[in-house]
Amino acid sequence: MIHTENLTKKFGAVLAVDALNLDVPEGEVFGFLGPNGAGKTTTVRLLTSLISPTRGTATVAGFAIGRRDTDIRRTVGLLTETPGMYDNLSAEYNLKIYAELYEVADVRGQVEKYLKMLGLWDRRMDAAGTFSKGMKQKLAIARALLHEPRVLFLDEPTAGLDPEASHLVREFIAELKKEGRTIFLCTHNLDEADRLCDRVGVFKTRLLVVDSPANLRNSVFGRKVVIHLRAADEKLADVARRLAFVREVGVVDNKLVVSLENPEAQNPDLIRELVRAGADVMFVGELRHSLEDVYLQLMKNA
Amino acid sequence: MKKILTIIRKEWMEVFQNRLVIFTVVFLPLLMTAIPLGILYSMRDTATAAGGNSLSGEIPAQMAAVCSSTMSGADCVRAYILSQFLVLFMIIPVAIPGAIAAYSVVGEKTTRSLEPLLATPITTLELLIGKCLAAVIPAVVATFAAYGIFALGAWIILADPAMTGFLSEARWLIAIIAVGPLLALMAVTFSLMVSSRVNDPRVAEQISTIVIVPVLAGFFGQISGLFVLNVGIISVTAAVLAAFDVLMFYLATRLFQRESILTRWK
Repeated sequence: MIHTENLTKKFGAVLAVDALNLDVPEGEVFGFLGPNGAGKTTTVRLLTSLISPTRGTATVAGFAIGRRDTDIRRTVGLLTETPGMYDNLSAEYNLKIYAELYEVADVRGQVEKYLKMLGLWDRRMDAAGTFSKGMKQKLAIARALLHEPRVLFLDEPTAGLDPEASHLVREFIAELKKEGRTIFLCTHNLDEADRLCDRVGVFKTRLLVVDSPANLRNSVFGRKVVIHLRAADEKLADVARRLAFVREVGVVDNKLVVSLENPEAQNPDLIRELVRAGADVMFVGELRHSLEDVYLQLMKNA
Repeated sequence: MKKILTIIRKEWMEVFQNRLVIFTVVFLPLLMTAIPLGILYSMRDTATAAGGNSLSGEIPAQMAAVCSSTMSGADCVRAYILSQFLVLFMIIPVAIPGAIAAYSVVGEKTTRSLEPLLATPITTLELLIGKCLAAVIPAVVATFAAYGIFALGAWIILADPAMTGFLSEARWLIAIIAVGPLLALMAVTFSLMVSSRVNDPRVAEQISTIVIVPVLAGFFGQISGLFVLNVGIISVTAAVLAAFDVLMFYLATRLFQRESILTRWK
């Protein structure tokens, strides 16, 4: 659905996007992660045909940027970093304008559908300027969806929202995912990306890595199991170390932290050997690194 | 066409909530109508006192250009003064759209509403035509209305069909119907060009007021007797303005670079 080849954007001497090669299949929620100034918004603007690339090519929903810009704009929905509503106009009128500009056949029906879906129907006649930040963001999401786009670009959809509003927005994105829309999600909220995205790309002017959050964790930190014992010591750690499949063992309080390649297959043998050596195993779990840990590690290496 | 109408409606809904714009659109034409009517009213007794004195051959050339040989001296003075008011009605179509159009692009920049707008399938041409018409139409309507009120007021005050007929002469009609809208379009395209390039609505509005200078030059030029606005001058002005407007609109579309506007925000 989104395909880029060496997509590059320079502003004068400043390289904003460096040879981006990316494929996002239909129906995927793709998380685009990176620090401020990494070029995420520039990439979104390139892919929504708001700006043109310096080099390289890209297609969105089969339309080439720079050649079929109007078709791209007709096909994609964009939630910009700031809602950018017409504050003096009512919520309903704000959406009506965009429904007309997006050539929606049933303007009234679509406006009503999304105002109701996002819980804004009762406030439809109120000026958008009187809305809270969360409500404005919901209104902006409704605006991005009025024409039922196949591809949705969401630039920081929960930035600056309180936890409740963030939760509502995330729930709504999850609903959109169920509808099979392709979603390109730029976010700083790594927990949000972890929960919503099928794959994430870590970006800092160039794409550092692309994979599912789980695979990224494994590739950056490996898989580790934590074995809670009644009493852990170096003797038991040595028992684990002697096993050929064990990569690394550490003792933390009464826990053994063991790096394994395939815990599902190797855990039974490991536990059996520890029990045989006299260990009282209380429970076993997998050490789960957050996507934030992965991100910070990647940024450190970058 | 539907998108252009949407932009016009949106602009009006937004702009006419701004009290300053309403003030400009309503108050300025009223002022420009009240001033000449007030002058005409104050002249009424003077003209009556002057009675039917015949026109002498010693009147200034610029007055002679306006008056016919059959006119009395008082009528000639009144006709001459009426002709001076013509330029006043050219200030309205220049001043009103500036206030609307200067805010047009910069306002969208500052409220950050321009990016989602540009992300829609609207073309630059549709967007600019919509924004232009949203500013030109109120200016033209205000000019026509002001002229209508003035003509009616003059008819009541002067109670002289010859004098009021003077207001429906070709030069007045060409000026009001052709030059006014063309001046409005010039002011709007200039404001849009400025608006596309600056980041502060106040700066846009201040720079946009420059377009009033040629009109004021015309006003003072006529008062000082440099020239008299006759049918020939007004027709040539209309033709030049039409060509200039085409050029200005072309430049406005060229200067409206979506990318620069989005990426050069301060």
